[in-house]
Amino acid sequence: MKKIALSFITTVVLAASAQAMPVDEIVTKANHASYYQGEDGKAKIAMTITDSQNRTRERAFTILRRNSAEGEGSQKFYVYFRGPADVAKTVFMVWKNTKRDDDRWMYLPALDLVKRIAASDERTSFVGSHFFYEDVSGRSPTEDNHELVEETENYYVLKSTPRDTGSVEFSHYRSFIHKTTFLPVQIQYFDGKGENYRTYDVLKVEIVDGFNTVTAARMSDSRIGGNTEMRYTGISYNKGIKEDIFSERYLRNPPRRELR
Amino acid sequence: MRNTLFAILVLFVAPASASGLVPPLPDGLQESKKQETRETPALPLGPRGAKAPPSLPPGLGGEQSGDDRLADVESWADKLGIHFSGFGEVRAGLRLQNDPHEKAASIGEARFQLSLEKDLGVGIATLTTDAVFDPVLDDHQINLETGNGWIDLREASFLMRPTSFADLKIGRQTLTWGTGDLLFINDMFPKDWNAFFIGRDEEYLKAPSDALKLSLFSEIVNLDMVYTPRFDADRYIDGKRLSYFNTSLSSPAGQNAIVVVDRPSDWFSDDELAFRLYRNIGNAEVALYYYGGFWKSPAGQNQATGLARFPRLRSYGISVRRPILGGIAHTEIGYYDSLEDSTGANIFTANSELRLLIGYEHELAPDLTGAAQYYQERLASYASYIGSLPVGTPARDKIRHVLTARLTKLSMNQTVTWSLFFYYSPNDGDGYFRPKVSRKVTDNWTAEIGANIFFGAEQYTFFGQFARNSNGFVSLRRGF
Repeated sequence: MKKIALSFITTVVLAASAQAMPVDEIVTKANHASYYQGEDGKAKIAMTITDSQNRTRERAFTILRRNSAEGEGSQKFYVYFRGPADVAKTVFMVWKNTKRDDDRWMYLPALDLVKRIAASDERTSFVGSHFFYEDVSGRSPTEDNHELVEETENYYVLKSTPRDTGSVEFSHYRSFIHKTTFLPVQIQYFDGKGENYRTYDVLKVEIVDGFNTVTAARMSDSRIGGNTEMRYTGISYNKGIKEDIFSERYLRNPPRRELR
Repeated sequence: MRNTLFAILVLFVAPASASGLVPPLPDGLQESKKQETRETPALPLGPRGAKAPPSLPPGLGGEQSGDDRLADVESWADKLGIHFSGFGEVRAGLRLQNDPHEKAASIGEARFQLSLEKDLGVGIATLTTDAVFDPVLDDHQINLETGNGWIDLREASFLMRPTSFADLKIGRQTLTWGTGDLLFINDMFPKDWNAFFIGRDEEYLKAPSDALKLSLFSEIVNLDMVYTPRFDADRYIDGKRLSYFNTSLSSPAGQNAIVVVDRPSDWFSDDELAFRLYRNIGNAEVALYYYGGFWKSPAGQNQATGLARFPRLRSYGISVRRPILGGIAHTEIGYYDSLEDSTGANIFTANSELRLLIGYEHELAPDLTGAAQYYQERLASYASYIGSLPVGTPARDKIRHVLTARLTKLSMNQTVTWSLFFYYSPNDGDGYFRPKVSRKVTDNWTAEIGANIFFGAEQYTFFGQFARNSNGFVSLRRGF
C-alpha cells in the first residue's frame, strides 16, 4: 500500500511537469511572439481612437523595428507619422533598453528640431490613444510575477502580478495566450477591487513571412471610455534594416526606401 | 481501494504514459480519459473569472469578423508620388496695454500654407509656401529674405544622398541644432523674433536659410557643414510691429524710428559658414560647433550713416546632452568673438561674449513635464565696455543671468496642451511669460489661446523694452 501511495505521488508530480509548460517559458515565448519576431520588421499602422462620446480620431504611422545585436532584449524603434496633418512627418525614435531607461527622441520637421525627450511613465497614453507606450514596445516579463492559473483547449491563462505595485495602475492582469502561436489573444487588467477596467483584444492574426502576426487589435478602457483599434498593413520581416537607420541622420531625413 | 487508486492514477498518468512509466491505456479508453483530463486540468485552478475565455480571432481559427477592411494609409496623392500637406489659419491678437508707437493689434493674419514634396529618384524636392494676409503691417511688398509681404517662402529645397555616407540639402531650408530650449547659443541660423513675440506658432521662430548643408557620417564622428552664400539675418525687432528701446534716442520707439540696416548682402563674400561635429559617447550626445559670419541681429552702428550694422562674428562652442536620473540634462557653451571689436573699446560694435546654459527636463507626472534652464551672457572685456560708454547711457551688467521654466500638461486624451514658458532675468529684473492652451478639436481643427507678457523694472533691458508689446492672441487652424 505504501509503495502504491509513493508511486502515486511520484507519478502525479511527473505527470504535472510533463503536461504543463513552465510558466516562465510561456511568458518568454509570448513576449517573443509579440515583440521580437524576426531580426527586424516594418508595419504601417492605422489607429482609430474612439472616445467615450463615439467621436473618432485617426493616426497613421509606420514603425520600423530592429532587434539589437548587443543587449538581450534591447531594440530600436523608428516611428514615422503620416497623419493627421499636425503631426505628419514627425518622427519618434526609441532605443529600448532592458537595463536602464529607454532613450527617446522626437523630430519636429517644421523647426528641424531633434529633441531628446525624458523617459516617461511607460503607462501613459501613446499618441492620445488607449494604448500605453508599454503596450506598443513591450513590458519586460521580469516586472511581474507570473502564474499559470488555467489551461483551456486553446489557451494558457496567466495571472501576472506586478513586483512594484507603485509603478502601475493595475493590481494584476490576466492573459490568454494561444497555445500554438504564443500570441496573447486577450489581456484583462484588473484594479485593486478586482474590476476588469481595461482589455486588450486581438482581432485578427495573419501569417506574414512565416510569422504569426497580429494585424488588428483593440484596447478598451472603461476608466476613460472608448477604445482604440490598430490595424496593420504592409508588414514585412527580416528586411535587413540597418542599425544606422535609428540615428539622428534619419530623424532629419527619413529613410524613404525602408518606410515605403 | 485499489480500484479507486487505480482510477485516480489513470486519470493523471494518461499523458505521461508515453514515457513508459505505466502501461499505455487501450484505445478507446485513452480517448475518453484524455477528454476528461482536459476538462479537469491537473493544474491548480485559479479563481475562474466570470468571463469565458476569448474566442479565437480570425487567423487563429476563429470566425472572420465582418469588419475586415484593411487600413489603406496611401492616398491618391501618395500614388502620384507627390505629398501634399498644409493648413489654413486665422490668428488675431491685441496689445494688453496702450503702446504710443504701435497699433493696438499685435497680430491679425490669415495664412495658408501649402507644402509639396516629391521623390524624384535622385533626391527629394520640397516646396513650402505661405500666403499671408496681414493687415497689421502696412507694407506688403514681397521680400523673401525678411518674410515681408503676401508670400513667405518657407522651404524650396532638394535633398540628395550622393554616397552612402553623405547627405546634401540645397536651397531654402529651416535649420536647427544645439541643445537649448528656446535659448540659442551655437544655433546661428536665423530666428524670427517678431513671430515669436506676437504669438505665431512656435515653428515660425525659425526663419529659413538659403544654404547648402552637407552632412557626412562615419562610425567615429559625424559632420554637418552649412554654407550660406549670402548672409541671412534674423527677422529682428525693427519697430514695425513691436516697439523697442532705441539707444540713440534713449527712449522707447516703434514705428516712429524703424531700424534701418546696412545688411551685408554681397554673394560669396558676405557669406556664413557653420560646422557641427558630433557623436554619441555612451548615452551622451556631444557636439562641437563653429560659426563664421555676422551678428544675426543688429549689433552695431555705422557712425557715418547712422545705419544699424551686423558686425563680423565668429563663434566656437560645445554641447553635451544626456539622460540623468530619468530626465534629460543638457549644457552648452559658446564664445562669441566679435571680430570688429577685439578690445571691446568700440561702443558702436557689440563686444565679445561668453554664453553658457545648463538645463534639465523631467516628467513630473504622467502627461506633465517640467523643465528648467540657467543661461548667462558674460561680456568679455567689461572694463573697456564701461570705459567706452557715453555719459548717461545705461550700462548693462557684466553678466546677464536668465532662468527659464517650462511646464507642459496634456489633458483630455492628449487633445489639450497647457503650456507655460517663463524667462526671468534676476539681474535685469525683467522677464517674459508665454502661457498657451491648445485644443485639438478634431484631427484637423486646432484652436489656440495664449499670451506674451513682458515685464521689467527698466525700459532698456532685454525683455523690459518690450513691456508695451504684451499681447494676447487666439487662433484657429485647419490642417490637411
